[in-house]
Amino acid sequence: MTIHPTSPQFKDNAHRALEDRDLQKALGHVRQAFIAKRAAAAEALPEFEALRDSARDIKQHTLENLDLYIEAWEDKVTAAGGHVHYARDAAEAREAVLDICRRVGARTVTKGKSMISEEIGLNQAIEAAGLVPVETDLGEYIVQLRGEVPSHIIAPAVHLTRDQVEADFRRHHTHLDASRDISSHYSLQAEARGILRERFLAADVGVTGANFLVAETGTSVIVTNEGNGDLTQLLPRVHVVLASIEKLVPTLEDVGQLLRVLARSATGQEMSVYTTLSTGPKRPDDPDGPDEYHVVLIDNGRSSMLGTSFEEMLRCIRCGACMNHCPVYHSVGGHAYGWIYPGPMGAVLTPALIGVETAGHLPNASTFCGRCESVCPVRIPLPKLMRHWREREFERHLQPAAVRGGLGVWGWFASRPKLYRLATGLAMRALSIAGGNRGRFASLPLAKGWTDYRDMPAPQGATFQSQWKNRRAQPKRAA
Amino acid sequence: MSEARDTVLGTIRRSLGVTGREAPRRDAVEGRIAAARPGVIPARGQLPEPARVALFCEKAEASAATVARVASAAEVPGEVARFLRDNNLPATLRRGADPDLAAMPWGGTTIDVTAGPSDGSDINGLSRAFAAVAESGTLALVSGQDNPTSLNFLPDNHIVVVAARDVAGDYEAVLGRVRDRYGKGTMPRTLNFVTGPSRSADIEQTLILGAHGPRRLHIVVVDD
Repeated sequence: MTIHPTSPQFKDNAHRALEDRDLQKALGHVRQAFIAKRAAAAEALPEFEALRDSARDIKQHTLENLDLYIEAWEDKVTAAGGHVHYARDAAEAREAVLDICRRVGARTVTKGKSMISEEIGLNQAIEAAGLVPVETDLGEYIVQLRGEVPSHIIAPAVHLTRDQVEADFRRHHTHLDASRDISSHYSLQAEARGILRERFLAADVGVTGANFLVAETGTSVIVTNEGNGDLTQLLPRVHVVLASIEKLVPTLEDVGQLLRVLARSATGQEMSVYTTLSTGPKRPDDPDGPDEYHVVLIDNGRSSMLGTSFEEMLRCIRCGACMNHCPVYHSVGGHAYGWIYPGPMGAVLTPALIGVETAGHLPNASTFCGRCESVCPVRIPLPKLMRHWREREFERHLQPAAVRGGLGVWGWFASRPKLYRLATGLAMRALSIAGGNRGRFASLPLAKGWTDYRDMPAPQGATFQSQWKNRRAQPKRAA
Repeated sequence: MSEARDTVLGTIRRSLGVTGREAPRRDAVEGRIAAARPGVIPARGQLPEPARVALFCEKAEASAATVARVASAAEVPGEVARFLRDNNLPATLRRGADPDLAAMPWGGTTIDVTAGPSDGSDINGLSRAFAAVAESGTLALVSGQDNPTSLNFLPDNHIVVVAARDVAGDYEAVLGRVRDRYGKGTMPRTLNFVTGPSRSADIEQTLILGAHGPRRLHIVVVDD
């Protein structure tokens, strides 16, 4: 029931995305907004780099002892009156949520923004069970109206323009006056606020994700700017938290470290507006809060990543900085990646979760510029992990014959340095002569994939290797 | 325990090459949870009280909250009345059972003050913060009869009273106070860290205040 991946059609998706005018206009906001804000926030905190190290170490330590932290956390959840449900896969996770909904006779289910909910396809399952799922994050609400999935992990509707949102609201909110003016950002947000406020108050079950689960106290932590996650968990009788196993952290102090890098990396805020720590159901003398508190702890492929080179990916805290800084994401947006997680983090995580044979294009959709790794708050070596997927793809013979053949020829030369130097030197001279006065090629045999979209510059001067050799031979100049 | 639990923990252990019974690992995990050591604490908030409170006010305003400082608790009702009047808001207020808030001289104002959680119909909510964090201009509020969590989110306007002496430099100091109050490893149902009024930039990355929570956050710092 999870969404059918279109990752195998990444190339077609990307072509369509590049020709989509609305999408290209909307993506301009990613390029402009996120990068400068993150840079300013990082610059304003002298300890930011040290906090990134600290965040990386906390997550790494927790992963290496994940079994023990889960046990400690579970004891605390239970002691606080909460319930833990383990789910090996998406189907078990959906079933756990539906069981709770059926038991309490729920009709509507409000939802805070949760990527794991998208991953397990929870909305479709709730609908199939005859209940109404209501996404309450503004971006998620818009995406739900459109029958889409989020195109960004923290800005779900970033692929849309204001005009598109207005059209969606007019199409769906037909009970409102058709002549109303909802042409501004403010009026669109106000309309969604009014509609969703009624849904919050009427909901029977509230489902949120979790940014962190704290072993010390059995607490779940969510971070939002809108306050929707809070109304989702505060008003219904039952609060269900969906969390994957890598959300564990040891202590409240560790949450403090991670919070300092999370918002700065995501939106450039020092703190998100609402950071909420929830522990168990409401207490006997609490005047508000849920009667029941459940956590569905989901594996869905992650436990097998531990102990492999992809373990580092499980440090991810879902800030979105990697996609905000990715030239490929800037060009094609999130939907082209064809499943739930886009951008560099998606290019590494998606093959691990749905298989490299399905998602093999994603780790290839990279310029390897390294910006993702340079901004990752938990220092995940994303380009290295994408290369690992490419190697696996090669080992498993998943690439087209021409690519494998080409790489084979290159590999044969590359492992014979003298021959390699001779061959590249000759090829360079030939291309340089053939390039003539124009100095570039509009078409080249075997390089159609390149020359269809841009000219191939003709090489000039000497090869990199010979230049390197010459420079090394020169005496170093005094600085 | 459930089959799923056994499988998940079993796969984690197999992948990590551990049994879960290793004494050094168990000691390391228990020790880390027991110690709850702070990590890197930014120097920014580590200031003596007057400068710390000033930083809190500056940071809260930078997050689009408004801030007023009063000399004593007796001056809070007057300041709240001024805030409501200046913003053309009705003279109504919903608060919890907090004894400090209850003891304030509301009779000197025309504000209609009622007590209890919010059912969503309140325009203005009043809470007292458990503590605040200078580093980022953040309020810390705990759930309970005194300050129901619904007041933090349902009313259009949220007014929060915080004592200057409760303004800490960093989150870790606040977490330490929570531990002192509730006991190690125990938490209230909800601890809210609030930094400014509700907002969203989900449409074209254009920031608009008042997404689902309060449109305005007004903080009254009591210096007494």
